[in-house]
Amino acid sequence: MAQLILDQLKAHFAAGEIIDTGSQHGNEWARVTPEAWLTVCTYLLRDPDLQMDMFIDLTCVDRLPREPRFDVVLHLYSVAKKHRLRLLCGLAAGDPVIASLVELWPGANWFEREAFDMYGVRFSGHPDLRRILMYQEFQGYPLRKDYPKEKRQPLLRRLPGSV
Amino acid sequence: MPLSFYSSRLADAVNWARKYSLFQYPFVTACCGMEFMALWAPKYDIGRFGAEFPRFSPRQADLLLVVGTVTERQGPVLRRIYDQMCEPKWVVAFGVCASTGGFYQNYTAMPGADQVIPVDVYVPGCPPRPEQALDALLLLQERIARGEGHSQVVLKQEKGFDVPLAAIRPTARGGKV
Repeated sequence: MAQLILDQLKAHFAAGEIIDTGSQHGNEWARVTPEAWLTVCTYLLRDPDLQMDMFIDLTCVDRLPREPRFDVVLHLYSVAKKHRLRLLCGLAAGDPVIASLVELWPGANWFEREAFDMYGVRFSGHPDLRRILMYQEFQGYPLRKDYPKEKRQPLLRRLPGSV
Repeated sequence: MPLSFYSSRLADAVNWARKYSLFQYPFVTACCGMEFMALWAPKYDIGRFGAEFPRFSPRQADLLLVVGTVTERQGPVLRRIYDQMCEPKWVVAFGVCASTGGFYQNYTAMPGADQVIPVDVYVPGCPPRPEQALDALLLLQERIARGEGHSQVVLKQEKGFDVPLAAIRPTARGGKV
């Protein structure tokens, strides 16, 4: 059913904004360029035939050593039309920046903060982009594949010789 | 008879009283709390050994039970609670997470509560059986009776003798974190 969404997207964005589309286990997905991220999302929300009014999830995947390294994954659902879509966007390893979606779906706020906290993906235009789970003193991004799991970042330790 | 005889007998009597009147502060963070509840409830009944009342203020407690995983972010909190307790005080790490970090080896779990506070007795198990925790309590009571709890050792080091009453508080421990 949601294949209609993909057809409509491909028809509307014909200038290469949609890199690829597909369907897996009955769930349709589309991969878009970082530059088209905000316009595609705005179209998905505003178009009367799509009405993707429900923000389900936003997260990130580290695909080291693939390039583009990061995949930002967005799940959307339409309460009125009862269809859903998964949107992916690849980001380069050097400086992963993508447009924030808080303007469209306010619920994206904390999800983008979590993706920033765990993967270091920056969301331009986010009103309050700071760590949400880890403490402010934390260095690095713990869910990146190259973060060593043995690494310790103590806030406090007993000194040698103290009781 | 020399004075030291009486002072040592007095210390023994006080330590005997201490070991049967432990007031616990349960620092419960994780699933070990279930076993702690079983330990406290009538079937195992830690009250038989004099450690009946959980005091939910560290200022009223002298036994800190670290029950469950401690995260790095909780480290300063745990240290502060420990510092708020009056001397003499004892610490039991309840379960492998509080003892060593357990199966957690990641960016946020602390590898054992002894990273930030001194620990007297470690209880293994994930979670430990209530009998193990009772065994740890008995072990701690033996140490208290012998005056070998770490805070007693500290008092001995700082004051040169076992302090029979809590009249002398170690205040000169600033700077040690």
